[in-house]
Amino acid sequence: MVCQNATIRNETGIHARPASLIVQKAGQYKAQVELEYGQKKVNAKSIMGVMSLGVNQSKKITVMAEGEDAQKAVDEIIKLIENGFGE
Amino acid sequence: MGENLTGVAASPGIIIGEAMLLEEDLSYEKEIVENIKGEKERLKKAVQRSKEQLASIKEKVLSDMGEDEADIFKAHLMVLEDPELISAVKEKIETEKINAEAALDETIDKFVEMFADMDSEYLKERAVDIQDVGNRVLKNLLGKEVISCSELDKKVVLVAQDLTPSDTAQIDQEQVLGFVTAKGGRTSHTAIMARSMELPAVVGVDGVLNELQRGDQIIVDGVNGKVIIKPTKEEIAQYKAKAEEYVARKKKLAKLKELPAVTKDGHQTEIVANIGTPKDVKGAIDNGAEGIGLYRSEFLYMDRESLPTEEEQFSAYKEVAKKMNGPVIIRTLDVGGDKEIPYLNLPKEMNPFLGYRAIRVCLNQKDMFKTQLRAILRASAYGQVKIMYPMISAVEQLRAANEILAEVMNELREENIDFNADLEVGMMIEVPAAAITADILAKEADFFSIGTNDLIQYTTATDRMNENISHLYQPFHPAVLRLIKRVVDAAHEEGKWAGMCGEMAGDKRLTPYLLGIGLDEFSMSAVSVPEVKETIRNLSLEEAQEVAEQALSYKTAEEIENYLS
Repeated sequence: MVCQNATIRNETGIHARPASLIVQKAGQYKAQVELEYGQKKVNAKSIMGVMSLGVNQSKKITVMAEGEDAQKAVDEIIKLIENGFGE
Repeated sequence: MGENLTGVAASPGIIIGEAMLLEEDLSYEKEIVENIKGEKERLKKAVQRSKEQLASIKEKVLSDMGEDEADIFKAHLMVLEDPELISAVKEKIETEKINAEAALDETIDKFVEMFADMDSEYLKERAVDIQDVGNRVLKNLLGKEVISCSELDKKVVLVAQDLTPSDTAQIDQEQVLGFVTAKGGRTSHTAIMARSMELPAVVGVDGVLNELQRGDQIIVDGVNGKVIIKPTKEEIAQYKAKAEEYVARKKKLAKLKELPAVTKDGHQTEIVANIGTPKDVKGAIDNGAEGIGLYRSEFLYMDRESLPTEEEQFSAYKEVAKKMNGPVIIRTLDVGGDKEIPYLNLPKEMNPFLGYRAIRVCLNQKDMFKTQLRAILRASAYGQVKIMYPMISAVEQLRAANEILAEVMNELREENIDFNADLEVGMMIEVPAAAITADILAKEADFFSIGTNDLIQYTTATDRMNENISHLYQPFHPAVLRLIKRVVDAAHEEGKWAGMCGEMAGDKRLTPYLLGIGLDEFSMSAVSVPEVKETIRNLSLEEAQEVAEQALSYKTAEEIENYLS
């Protein structure tokens, strides 16, 4: 299991566009990928799951993955978040 | 008489035609099934068909309309591909041994409820999308034909409970005369689509489907929000005339778009529009406005949970400056305790209109004010941007605001950020104290823009929302007319210009008076531009001056209104 934390940078948190970017990215990997925010844990490949997380700016989330390419999956998603999803 | 129904006028135009009802019967029986595998297979096929339909709609919309509109369907596809959704439905089929329709519908309902419960407006709207996608799969499961308007052999008026993005995307514009829906309001999807297709629409017509049968004649008056079912011969004739009149007027006004606001004897004035968001610029240009006389910046602050950042503001101001290709006057934040800006924590006041609002808040909350000024100045590098301060009641406030503006300019210079240092900086005249001392203020402001809505309220001591006394809110009151003239004269005395951005500027009955006293700029809602421009073009300055003089000789608002009407 690979785990890493990241802080959300962009103003409006994880709204539709960032959510779909995460889902698209997570979908590229074979590993099982999850996002954890507070008590909530969701499947990072589920658009509705990620959107329903309701994460705002400056909040911290944990990206977790398990499986073949788990490390790459986590790294790439963390990169997305730290780049503010290109906004 | 035909059945007369009323609704909300969603898109202008008048049409008479045959009604085509779009029924949405998605009822099903919840059943226990034995062939679990078969049910899951049915689900799979329905989902696959739905994906194919969405993909093809997406392509069509992309080429017909554009990326933004097509994005909705991209989002729908993502929902269908969501592993949580499909696995939840499959699991329900397995554990509860129910048919795919029931499993799907119940699962979708759960998700819709989850999203509808969320705080964010944006996420709440996604609930509608999820329902739309769910309905599509359900239709495919039930084997129902998804709306296909390509089979129509004549033009029809589409009547439905409501129209979703999927529905309208497939509509062949050539076959549709107009829209009527039982649900919805001015900003609902049907309204937006109808306006961009330029077809008449009336929405929110409660019970319309009950009164109507396929093939019934129907009159759709998208201007007044009326619908007439099975109209009589007289009503048809009456509306045919109205429809012709509407089309003729529209053509005439379209011609006016390119023409300048010049009087018969060559006196030039400026006609511009009031806007709230960058999206309004198109309407302003389409109606022939030469610029923006009032950009209400408060829209950037509303319906959100925190202050808009400098970048967000800069982006909006820049967009308007570039799109307009003409003067753009940005008014600094004009809000008070009566407007919905909870995060500003403005105190609830007994007299919000006489209270802590607009420039008073800005002068007190310097950081917030400076952020806005920075964003406006940066935008000035991209177009003819001007600044205007609201609710100035004394020259000291104007000076204080300008001092802060100078501070911001220095900061930008030090940071080597481009801006137009010569931009015009003016103020709204809406407080009587300012109108009366306009001569003092004219020395230090580059221009005035008269905010008649509030000026009238303050001057006549009338709250126009108070039904008991709203008749006292009188634009034609001699006091109001005199104050306006005084302001214009004071500005001209100092070689400055005076404009008006309140409702009076868009009232063509007042155009001759305003022209006659020398108003230099008229700013109004985009839709009023053509008529005011026409009025100006049909007058000579000399005539207008006579009208103004005569109007000022009367003693009551009634006399003046009668004279000017």
